[in-house]
Amino acid sequence: MTTASDTDKDTAAHTATAELAVSARKVTRTFAGREVLSGIDLDIFRGEFVALLGRSGSGKSTLLRAMAGLDPETGGRLLVPRRRAVVFQDHRLQPWKRVLENVILGLPRQGARDRGRAALAEVGLTDHERAWPGTLSGGEAQRAALARALVREPELLLLDEPFGALDALTRLRMHALLRELCAVHRPAVLLVTHDVDEAILLADRVLVLTDGRIGPPRTVDLPEGRRRTDPDFARLRGDLLAELGVAEG
Amino acid sequence: MPDALAQAVAPSSLTGDGGAARPPGPGPGSALVDAVALNKPRRTLIPLPRPVRRLAGPLLLVLVWQLLGTFGVVGERVLAPPSAVFSAGWELTRTGELTDHLLASLTRVASGLALGVSAGLVIAVVAGLFRLGDELLDSTMQVLRALPVLGLLPLVIIWFGVGETPKIALVAFGTAFPVYVNTYSAIRGVDHRLVESGRTAGLGRLGLVRHVILPGAVPGFLVGLRFALTGAWLIMIIAEQLNATNGIGYLMNQAQSWYRTDIIVLGLLIYGLLGLGADALVRLLERRLLSWRHGFEGGA
Repeated sequence: MTTASDTDKDTAAHTATAELAVSARKVTRTFAGREVLSGIDLDIFRGEFVALLGRSGSGKSTLLRAMAGLDPETGGRLLVPRRRAVVFQDHRLQPWKRVLENVILGLPRQGARDRGRAALAEVGLTDHERAWPGTLSGGEAQRAALARALVREPELLLLDEPFGALDALTRLRMHALLRELCAVHRPAVLLVTHDVDEAILLADRVLVLTDGRIGPPRTVDLPEGRRRTDPDFARLRGDLLAELGVAEG
Repeated sequence: MPDALAQAVAPSSLTGDGGAARPPGPGPGSALVDAVALNKPRRTLIPLPRPVRRLAGPLLLVLVWQLLGTFGVVGERVLAPPSAVFSAGWELTRTGELTDHLLASLTRVASGLALGVSAGLVIAVVAGLFRLGDELLDSTMQVLRALPVLGLLPLVIIWFGVGETPKIALVAFGTAFPVYVNTYSAIRGVDHRLVESGRTAGLGRLGLVRHVILPGAVPGFLVGLRFALTGAWLIMIIAEQLNATNGIGYLMNQAQSWYRTDIIVLGLLIYGLLGLGADALVRLLERRLLSWRHGFEGGA
């Protein structure tokens, strides 16, 4: 356990957070006088899949970036595991490194290539390990980014609208792939998205971020193989859309 | 089938959907064109490979130039014909003079480039990566860059005399700046999203420099190198014509005293060929260092 900002080392928190992957208390963030996060309290348990919904500009990506340790200006206390990985909306593969080198970027050299190959096999990109990122399709690049995240065996997987730029068919396949991989690796997941259906399909718990605060948690209690046609699914979608301020047509 | 879609496909008897009701389209419509053929290159009049056709223009120019000389329209003292240039080249190569001069020039340019390019690169990396380096070096480099290189010639002669040093120093001075400016701005322009993704992958400062920032700056560096190569020859021509006892520039300057336009043109030709060679060298480097770009250019 480390703090995201490496400034706050509260020992009392360590005992309380043995089962937690994320512990956020009164997390704030201000951009040029505008408060984007105003006192976020959030616990994410180990192995739990949490989806965070919010309108564009609501600060959901800001919260994720703070958890990733990419934002030193965050206020409050935010504890996250040391091993964490991020998948962004754009794949962010280094264009001058072949796919396998991208996947194992930053790993200790020992055994890295074998682990990288295994991760690529998991996302179905074995044949592309020597490809340049520029030659991949959008879905392939995003799968490579997923492999780069998983090869680190993260305790916390941060997904920042990872399927937002993909076409609808590819997105469906990515949902299935992500579900499989999470079932195997069991990381804690924070999925930031604006797609309500995606959130309900994937998450154990769905949260809505409005005006810098997180609304009441909604546990997704649907039978295995969640279907959009399930009346409970529709009810939950309606509730969430209402909370997001969108009337369902 | 929605109306809009149907209309877009409709006006033709070639669609073969005889069973479907014809929508109320705009009459019989215009004739169809073959979409595939639209993009085919037009056949050329002369059935020769493209490189041969491209060579035809320059060859024609040489021919006209030769004819002008042969028929005495242009005198040898004004501009020697290609045949005279060729025989002058042959003569000087036979005596070994040309090789000596060429070697002298090449050595100077190579030493000056080696110094200038490494200085530009090192300064760019320091200024690009460290805030203090940036504050101290960038403004200094921008001020020095404004100085005309050739204007330094008298000063350089006073400092270093008339040997090899002043010429090498001038070339180094002139080539450091294009390398610096392009590499520095490339380092500064590296996509911050890639830096972030490298950081979340666990790269430290050194790892970021090695795996993200420097590879990202290579394209800019190569642009700077191209400018440096052209600039190096320019500076060398002037430096050798003013103050030297060998080299291509010296050869040309001597030829001027004897109205040997054949040797002068020969010198120009050699400079041109060297420029082409330098360009080919950089392109070779680009192909090796920037092979990852092929994905974007579709040339994989």
